[in-house]
Amino acid sequence: MDFNHTEERRMLADSLRRTLERGADWDALAELGVLGALFTEDEGGFGGAGFDIAVVFEELGRAGCTLPVLEVGLGAGLLADCGQDIEAVIAGASKPVLAHGEPGLRYDLGPITTRFENSAITGRKSVVAAADEADLMIVSAMADGAMRLFSVDPKGPGVSLHGTPALNGGTVAEVTLDAAPATLLGGDMAALETRLAAATLAVCADALGVMETVKAMTLDYLRTRTQFGVPIGKFQALQHRMADVAIEIEQARSAVINLAGNLHGPDRDRHVAACKALVSRVAHLVAEEAIQMHGGIAMTEEYALAPLSRRLIAAGHRFGDEDWHLQRFIRLSA
Amino acid sequence: MDLSYSAEDIAFRDEVRSFIAANLPKDIAQRNTAGQPLTKADFDFWHAKLNEKGWLAATWPKKFGGQEWTAVQRHIFDEECAFAHAPRIVPFGVNMLAPVLQAFGSKEQQDYYLPRILSGEDWWCQGYSEPGAGSDLASLKTRAVREGDHYIVNGQKTWTTLGQFANKIFCLVRTDPKAKQQEGISFLLIDMDTPGIEVRPIILIDGVHEVNEVWFTDVKVPVENLVGQENKGWTYAKYLLTHERTGIAGVGYATEGLAALKRIARAELHHGRPLIEDPLFAARLARIEIDLMAMSTTNMRVVAGADGGQAPGAESSMLKVKGSIIRQQINDLARRAVGPWAVPFVSEDLAGNTYHPGPDYSNRVANTYLNNRKISIYGGSNEVQRSIITKAILGL
Repeated sequence: MDFNHTEERRMLADSLRRTLERGADWDALAELGVLGALFTEDEGGFGGAGFDIAVVFEELGRAGCTLPVLEVGLGAGLLADCGQDIEAVIAGASKPVLAHGEPGLRYDLGPITTRFENSAITGRKSVVAAADEADLMIVSAMADGAMRLFSVDPKGPGVSLHGTPALNGGTVAEVTLDAAPATLLGGDMAALETRLAAATLAVCADALGVMETVKAMTLDYLRTRTQFGVPIGKFQALQHRMADVAIEIEQARSAVINLAGNLHGPDRDRHVAACKALVSRVAHLVAEEAIQMHGGIAMTEEYALAPLSRRLIAAGHRFGDEDWHLQRFIRLSA
Repeated sequence: MDLSYSAEDIAFRDEVRSFIAANLPKDIAQRNTAGQPLTKADFDFWHAKLNEKGWLAATWPKKFGGQEWTAVQRHIFDEECAFAHAPRIVPFGVNMLAPVLQAFGSKEQQDYYLPRILSGEDWWCQGYSEPGAGSDLASLKTRAVREGDHYIVNGQKTWTTLGQFANKIFCLVRTDPKAKQQEGISFLLIDMDTPGIEVRPIILIDGVHEVNEVWFTDVKVPVENLVGQENKGWTYAKYLLTHERTGIAGVGYATEGLAALKRIARAELHHGRPLIEDPLFAARLARIEIDLMAMSTTNMRVVAGADGGQAPGAESSMLKVKGSIIRQQINDLARRAVGPWAVPFVSEDLAGNTYHPGPDYSNRVANTYLNNRKISIYGGSNEVQRSIITKAILGL
């Protein structure tokens, strides 16, 4: 039993943190090996374990980085599953993203109605993250009664994107496909679930990093903001709320560790559900408590807490919310 | 990162498991499972069995006859005992007084008292809390006045757990009323047979005689029963408190409690189906289980850190707060799960009633729920723990 990260992972985390503090762009992250860390050697990377993913995304969250590492990592993983070479992605030269969700599905993975016929896809994909940055869209569609993945050129004919900013930073788009030319990649629901498990870990680790930053900001504020002649951190009502926040963040860290350690194990889905349900709950708590303890300033866009609060709330709405995962946990525990 | 036990740890766990299976009498385990109070004979029997194996005081230093178990080993042992419904090791002598004597006691005190703790000849109880000194322990008022070769002790201790079984009590007493609160306290060892001591039972909310008041009226205590130096007792008291830390999360109890709760929820019917299938109940249960899965890892992070040389300091306050809340939630849900069977009240020490008309699993569920309201109060209330977290970890 050992709860320390390996030397390699600590070094990656440290250099990623420093790079992000300097304000890294996509090329800088790729050069640092951030994408490579998400994949195994067979896939062309140098990591791919649950703890590699956890370390990378905790730092991205800590820095509030809005670059689409998660979306591109998910897309590239699906490409690798279909036997595609992802070297260009790891090098930072290509950004594939997944378009799977559909209106009305909420968080369920199916049944989807988008269909593949005559070498083209027709249907609508909803809340597709980072679609406007993608050079390749991986679209799920029904073909001969089974879900398969197809590659679609997001700038090609029959594809229209309606983009909006996303609550967590970055963008999302509603994607309409009208006989858009598509090439079969392969894949199936089991492979998709495996990659989504890793993506869920990434969202949770990202939220954990955000929570650490929010905690530090709130503590700093409690020490410096004075009311009634004293720093507000001297008020027991706030101290005890902050103690509970700190305890729950440790619980979130443990949940992320549990999922990272079981990401490739037989009990994966139960840990995905447990981790996402817990982290969604705690992220929501931390966001609300941080806003309340800061007071009015936290309501302003100008103060740096605003995007982080939004990101914590958004984390609860990605890849299944607390209730969705709670129900899944119940089914898997029966 | 490695979330699994080492091969040595697993071998140790198997050894503990088979030892308990071979040595723990079924009737003790059954009564413990049912939440029935154990007798002094039950505890004495189990202590003696453990002592034969060298496991009663396994955390002691080797020079005092211990095994110097690692924090991970101790955690494994505690967990296996909880799973098997073994009696807990009564901590007052073995895990509380002994470390203080080993660190601060005289050679004579060590030679005399430590073997008697192991043999079971002495049953110690703890004279800390007073009616006016709960979480604010240093405000204690019991006085000890030096007269020749004796201290004369007057005052009252309370919440003295299992004091009815004890022949000895270690006490914090005020020896210098003029000094600052923490500086006028001494640590005294007192024979319960001394004239002037009276033990009065306190029946708790669950109808059980578990704790007592201990009254001292002109009790003569020989000066050689002072531990360490006069007026330095607070240092020893704090040392003692930091020594009972690794089990503070109660993960073993919680894990076993959750398993028992699931057994109840499978047996109880709701609209003709097992209660565990009811979506609202299942959601309550799942929330607790998910919290416990994380808590178990939070606990192991602290335990593993302790073996890595990081003394568990204020982190144990986090474990205590969250661990106690989870255990109380389990007890609360078990009480809900038995439905109307929570109402018939087994309360032999209160109303003399030992009869319960419901299924066996329901007999003491309400009692256990009530009894465990204590765990967020004792050992420094959860509010005191939050203040410790605030100062020591968050630096506010």
